[in-house]
Amino acid sequence: MADAAVTDTAPEAHDAHGHDGHGAHVTSTGLSNNKLAMWIFLGSECLLFGGLISTYMLYRGRHSENLGPDQVWDIPFTSASSFVLLMSSLTMVLAVTAAQRKDDRNTRLWLTVTALLGSLFVAGQVYEFTTFYREGLGFTTSLFSSSFYTLTGFHGVHVSVGVIMLLATVGMILKNRIPGDKAEVVELVGLYWHFVDIVWILIFTLVYLIPA
Amino acid sequence: MALIERPAPDTLTPAVATPESTYGAFRRPVHSTGWKSWLFTIDHKKLGIMYGVSALFFFLVGGLEALLIRAQLAGPEGTILSADKYNQMFTMHATTMVFLFVMPMAAAFANYFVPLQIGARDVAFPRINAFGFWCFIFGAIFINTSWLLGGAADGGWFMYAPNSSVPFSPTNGIDFWGLGLQITGIASLTGAINLIVTVINMRAPGMSLMKMPIFTWMILVTQFLLLFAIPVITVALFLLMFQRSFDATFFSVEAGADPLLWQHLFWIFGHPEVYILILPSFGIVSEVLPVFSKKPLFGYPLVVFSGAAIGFVGWGVWAHHMFASGLGPISVAVFSVSTMAIAIPTGVKIVNWTMTLWGGKLRFTTAMLFAIGLIVQFTVGGLSGVTHAVAPSDTQQTDTYYIVAHFHYVLFGGAILGIFAGLYYWWPKMFGKLLDEKWGKWNFWMMIVGMNLTFGPMHIIGLQGQPRRMYVWTEARAGSGFFDLGFWNLISSIGSFVLGIGVLLFFVNVFLSHRRHGPAPLDPWDARALEWLTTNPPKEHNFDRVPTVGHLDDFFHRKYEDRGEDGHHDFHQVATAEELMAVEEANADPDIHLPSPSYWPIVLAFGLPVMAYGVIYNFLLIPAGAVIVLLAMFGWSLEPHTATEADYDPPTPEGGAELEVADHG
Repeated sequence: MADAAVTDTAPEAHDAHGHDGHGAHVTSTGLSNNKLAMWIFLGSECLLFGGLISTYMLYRGRHSENLGPDQVWDIPFTSASSFVLLMSSLTMVLAVTAAQRKDDRNTRLWLTVTALLGSLFVAGQVYEFTTFYREGLGFTTSLFSSSFYTLTGFHGVHVSVGVIMLLATVGMILKNRIPGDKAEVVELVGLYWHFVDIVWILIFTLVYLIPA
Repeated sequence: MALIERPAPDTLTPAVATPESTYGAFRRPVHSTGWKSWLFTIDHKKLGIMYGVSALFFFLVGGLEALLIRAQLAGPEGTILSADKYNQMFTMHATTMVFLFVMPMAAAFANYFVPLQIGARDVAFPRINAFGFWCFIFGAIFINTSWLLGGAADGGWFMYAPNSSVPFSPTNGIDFWGLGLQITGIASLTGAINLIVTVINMRAPGMSLMKMPIFTWMILVTQFLLLFAIPVITVALFLLMFQRSFDATFFSVEAGADPLLWQHLFWIFGHPEVYILILPSFGIVSEVLPVFSKKPLFGYPLVVFSGAAIGFVGWGVWAHHMFASGLGPISVAVFSVSTMAIAIPTGVKIVNWTMTLWGGKLRFTTAMLFAIGLIVQFTVGGLSGVTHAVAPSDTQQTDTYYIVAHFHYVLFGGAILGIFAGLYYWWPKMFGKLLDEKWGKWNFWMMIVGMNLTFGPMHIIGLQGQPRRMYVWTEARAGSGFFDLGFWNLISSIGSFVLGIGVLLFFVNVFLSHRRHGPAPLDPWDARALEWLTTNPPKEHNFDRVPTVGHLDDFFHRKYEDRGEDGHHDFHQVATAEELMAVEEANADPDIHLPSPSYWPIVLAFGLPVMAYGVIYNFLLIPAGAVIVLLAMFGWSLEPHTATEADYDPPTPEGGAELEVADHG
C-alpha cells in the first residue's frame, strides 16, 4: 500500500488498497475482481452445459421411427446460422479492440452488429424449432426431442441474455454511464459471448454433424 | 451484466461532488440502525449474522421433524404420523438440515470471517452477497410454504426419479422442493463466485496462499466444490421440472428413459455436496484445536493439500451411492477403490489434528470439547463409511438404518459438532460476549450423549435389517436378544429427545449469557488468526488500517516473539491484544469509504419466488416476477456507489463538517 502511494503516479493508485471494500484497482492477482468473477462464472457454466450435453448424448437415439435427427435436420440451414454466430465472435473482437483504443463510436457500432448477428442466430433457431414442430417433433414427442429442445433451448436463452448484455452496454456507453474501465466492461461481455459461441461449436458438432 | 458489481468510481472524490439530481430515484438507503439497516444491509458481517440466525431457526425446524420421526418409530406400528406425512417428514428433515441449516451456517461463518481472516474491508461484491442471502431466505420460505399448500415433498432428499414424477407424487410438494432449491442454488452459486474472488484477489498485503488461515482455505475449497456442483443439480432440477410440469419423459422408463440418469446427475452433485457440508467444519476445528493446544496446527501444508485432495477426489466417487442399482462389476470396482482412496486425505486430517493435541497445553473450553468431539465422532462415521466402500457389504447394508447411522455420525458428529465449536469459539468476536462455559459443557455433554444414544443403536437396527424410510416396523420382524428392534428403537428415540434438549441448552446459554455477562475481553482465547486484530464485534470497516501480513498465524506472531535458536522455538509474549489494538487505532486509516446499503438485492431476490409460484399456480405470475427482476436489475446498475452526504439525517455530532459541505451541494 505504501509502495503504491510512493511510486505510482496514476491518481487511482492512491485508493489502491481498500479504502472501499472493492479493491477495484490493486488485487492480489492483478486481475480485476470483475474479470476473475466472469471467468469463474464461465467455469461453472461448463458444468451446466456438461450436464445438458450428457443428457442429450444419452437420449439421442431414443426416438420414434420417422422423427429421428436424420429426418428433421436441415444441415445447410443450421450451418449458415452457425456461421452467423461464429462471425459475431469476430465482430465482438472488433468491439473489444475499438474499446481498448477508446474509440466509442466503433465500439458501439461493433457491439450493435454483434447483437444483430446474435439475434439473427436466435431468429434462425426460432424458425428451426417452428419447422420441426410443424413436422411433428414436439417437446414431448420422444426422449430425443425433449433433450434436443432442452439443450439447444438453454443455449438459445444464453445467446438471448448475451444480446441483452450487448445492447445494455451500447446504451450505457451512449449515456456515458459505464463505471470504471470501459474497455474492461466490453471485454467482460466479450468473454461471455465467446463462451456461448464455443459451446455452440460443441453442440453443433455433437448434435447435428455426428450421425446418431 | 447488471449483476456485476461496479468498481468504485473515484473513492477519493467526496460523494457529495455527484449532483443529487443525477440519481433521483436511485438514492441508496443510509439506515445504520433499526430493522431497515438489516433489510438493506450489504455488510458481510451483518449478512453473516443473518445467515446464522436463519440457519439456526431452520436447525430447530429440522430437529422438530426428526423428533416426530423418532416418536413415530419409538414402538412398533406407530400411529403419530400417517405414511404420507412420514414421507414428507423425512424428506423435509433431510432437505432442511442439508440445504437450510448446514450450508447456510457455513455461509454464515464464511461471510463473517473470511474477509476478516484475510484482512479485507469487505467481500468482492457486497450487493451480490446480500442478493445471495435473500435468495436463500426466499427459497427456504418457498419450500416450507408447501406444508400449508397441499403437503410437502415426499420423495426423499435425493428425490429419485421416476419416483418423484407425478404418478407417484401427485401433490405440489416436489414442485415446491425443486423450484425452492433452484432459488437457494442461486444463493450458493453467487456466494461461491463472491468468496472465491474475495479470497483470491483481496488478501491483505503479504498474505500468500500458504499464509492464509486454514478456515479460509477450507472455505475456498468448499466454494470451488459448490461452483461446479450447483450447475449439475440445476440441470437435474430443470429436467425434473420439465417432466412434472411440461410432460417431458426424461425419467419415465416406459418411454424408454434410462432409470439411472437422475441418480448420476443427482450424485455427481450429491457426493461433492457431502464435502461441501463437512469441509467448513474441518476448517473450524483446524482453527480451534491449535488455539486451545497452544501450538501451531501440525503440518499446516498437509492439512491444506489434503483439503484440496478431498475437493478433487470427491468428484470421482459419486457412484458409490449407486452400488445397489446394477452398474456392472467394473464400475462398482472402480468406484469402490476410489471411495476407499478418499479416506486417505481424511485420515491425514485426523492424524494432523491428533498431532496438534499431542504435547500441547490443552484447555478444555466448550469450543475445544466440540472440536475433540468432532475428531472422535467423525472417526466412528468414517470407519462405518469404509464398510460401505466395500461393495459386497454395502449391498447388505444399503437402505437399512446402518446407512442412517453412518451418515449421521458423519454429518451430526462431523459437520454439526464443528459448527458448534465455531459458535462457541467465535461468539465473542461476533457479539462481544462470551458464552457461559458451565452451560456450554452441559450443552456439549447432552449433545454427545444424545447423539450416541440416537445414532449408535441404528447400527444394530440396520444390521438386523430394518429398512430406512418405512413409516412403521412390526413386532413380527423385531428380532430378539442383542438384535431386539423394540429395545434399540426405543433407546434411539429416547436419545433423540436427549439430543433435542442438548441443542436447546445452547439457546438457553445464549439467552442467559447475554443477560448476565459483561463485554468479552478483546482476545479471550489467546487466538492466532487475523480476525482477532480488531474490536469485538468488528467495526463496519473491519480494520482501522489494512494489516500487512508477515506470517502464518500473523496475530499470534504479533503477540509473541520467538527467542529460540537453531530451529527451537521459545515464544515470549511481547504485546497484548489491547496494546496491538491501541497501535491500530492510533494509525487508523483516515479515509475509508464503504459502499452504502442498497434496496435492490432484496427486491431482485423477491422476484424469484413470485416466478416460482407462477410455475406452480398461474403462468401469469411468471412475467410479473420477471418484471420485478428486470426493474431491480435496472435500479441495481444505475444506483450510485455511495449515498450522498445529504441523505444522512440526522447528522452525527462529528459529521458537522460534512453537513456543511452537503449544503453547498
